[in-house]
Amino acid sequence: MTRVATPDTADETARGTTVEFRGVQRAYGSTLALDGLDLTLRAGELLALLGPSGCGKTTALRLLAGFDKPTAGEILIGGKDVTGVPAAKRDAGMVFQAYSLFPTMTAAENVAFGMRMRKVAAAERKRRADELLELVGLGSRGGSYPHELSGGQQQRVALARALAIRPSVLLLDEPLSALDARVRVQLRDEIRRLQLAEGITTLFVTHDQSEALAVADRVAVLNAGHMEQIGPPQEVYTRPATPFVAEFVGVMNEVPVDGHRIVVGAAENRQVRPEGLGVGSSDGLPGTVLTSTFLGPVTRLVVSTAAGELTVDVVSRAGLPGIGEATTVSLIA
Amino acid sequence: MTALLEPPAAPVETVRPVRDRRAVLGLLPFAAYLLVFLGGPLYFVITGALTDADGRPTFQNVITSITEPQYRLAFTSSLLLSAVTALIGAVFGVFLAQAVITSRAGSPLRRIVSTASGVLAYFGGVPLAFAFIGALGQTGLATLFLRGIGIDLYAAGFRIDSLTGLGLTYIYFQIPLMVILITPALEGLLPQWREAAENLGASAWSYWRHIALPVLAPALGGATLVLFGNSFAAYATALALTSGSIPLVTTSIASALSGNVLANQQNVGLALGLDMVVVIGIVMVGYLLLQRRAAKWTAR
Repeated sequence: MTRVATPDTADETARGTTVEFRGVQRAYGSTLALDGLDLTLRAGELLALLGPSGCGKTTALRLLAGFDKPTAGEILIGGKDVTGVPAAKRDAGMVFQAYSLFPTMTAAENVAFGMRMRKVAAAERKRRADELLELVGLGSRGGSYPHELSGGQQQRVALARALAIRPSVLLLDEPLSALDARVRVQLRDEIRRLQLAEGITTLFVTHDQSEALAVADRVAVLNAGHMEQIGPPQEVYTRPATPFVAEFVGVMNEVPVDGHRIVVGAAENRQVRPEGLGVGSSDGLPGTVLTSTFLGPVTRLVVSTAAGELTVDVVSRAGLPGIGEATTVSLIA
Repeated sequence: MTALLEPPAAPVETVRPVRDRRAVLGLLPFAAYLLVFLGGPLYFVITGALTDADGRPTFQNVITSITEPQYRLAFTSSLLLSAVTALIGAVFGVFLAQAVITSRAGSPLRRIVSTASGVLAYFGGVPLAFAFIGALGQTGLATLFLRGIGIDLYAAGFRIDSLTGLGLTYIYFQIPLMVILITPALEGLLPQWREAAENLGASAWSYWRHIALPVLAPALGGATLVLFGNSFAAYATALALTSGSIPLVTTSIASALSGNVLANQQNVGLALGLDMVVVIGIVMVGYLLLQRRAAKWTAR
């Protein structure tokens, strides 16, 4: 989890605006994309809206941006009902999934576009565009056209463009999904840094749970148009409110336990994350390794036991049991 | 990053010449076709235009083709007709294509307009002329209908065999042709550009002015050029509709070549053909300049 230290975070946060979804419903024919969503974004917080494809998270974001209208309920920005306000007057900056930069404009012209629409003087537009490009690490690329920039650089420009209009809410629609893994982590942390620095209320839509857990102040998990759970990342991860959340946010084992031991047929069933289990202890439940996946710092083993298949994450090291080998699974104290 | 994207030098060097040779081989049939059906006639036109009836070199034919009042009138009419019908066809075609694209997928409007455009864009020549005579001639169906409701086109000075009537007839195939030509470019406008513009406070007009039109400019220019050429080279429709009473470059060439008006004008006819090539050449240079402007932001 990345936490960026900013001493003045509390002060900056006060600048943000609250956002409220009140009983928001969006139906497409007989299908409900959102079924009475109640959600409040606190001033200056970054809330990750997490869920699988088709869960309604993008619908929620588009409704907040004003690209779509709810069939019922209302949306408030800063306490003001904006349900009927067109997108152009919503005061929300948005970063799209990919390819949203205007291709005929340079990076600087893209960033300045929102200010141009707001009739900001040319000199001030240029100053702010330069400042924002500098802020996203592209100070020298203002004159480049989008096709001359990499995917990560394009998304940085898109972020600068969204921030240039000093919006009260920042909307991020899976902005990292089209990028490769390394750039994704870099830009993710940068988004968080900028969000904290600007103190801007942010809705971050993603289907990637690790992304959501890493940057958000709170995570809201959506499933089939319903809110399953909302809370700080640690809480959602360690105390999932529903079986869906447990499955969707990381991997969860259902383990029969008696005291501190795994005992087949025990009365208590406990939900245990893979890192809460270990292998090779003498009093563990015997099993056979089905798969072994090297993930860098940890290795993920799926072990077939009398209590079913259990997923175990262990620190990568020499001497771990290989596929087909016998081992034992136990709870880590 | 860049180093990774660069292909390894050695294998490329050895493979490329072979590929190039194959590519040239693939091009041969088309090159031969161009040589026979474009190069040959062009050579014939140029040499004919620059020689007299006895084969001696001369500029007289070209001078005649641009100074004789009847030919100047033909050029003026042809250029005016082509420019106006190309522009009207382009504007209405873009609106119609945009309406089709924004309509619901599978809607009757979309199906009817797409199919009709495909058919009507190539509905020209004598059949189209007769269709218009039947509709808007002195005793045409539409003329009589309009007269019935108090609008007398012919009393107001309209004639189907006038430049206006000819223009109206051309527009009939220019608009559907524009729909066919511009639809792919309009479909290439990404929805997120519009949404991003809206999100940044742009009105629909601002979006079109600052984003969509600059993106479309090369395609619009190219399509309008095709429309211009389409009108400029049209012959059968004009001849059938006006029986040659409106002087156009194409009908003038036909008259000169067949010796309808004056004998021994064949070389002047070829000079008129050369003038047409020059006009299209000038328009194409304009288009290439437009393309070059667009090249700075389009992906290589």
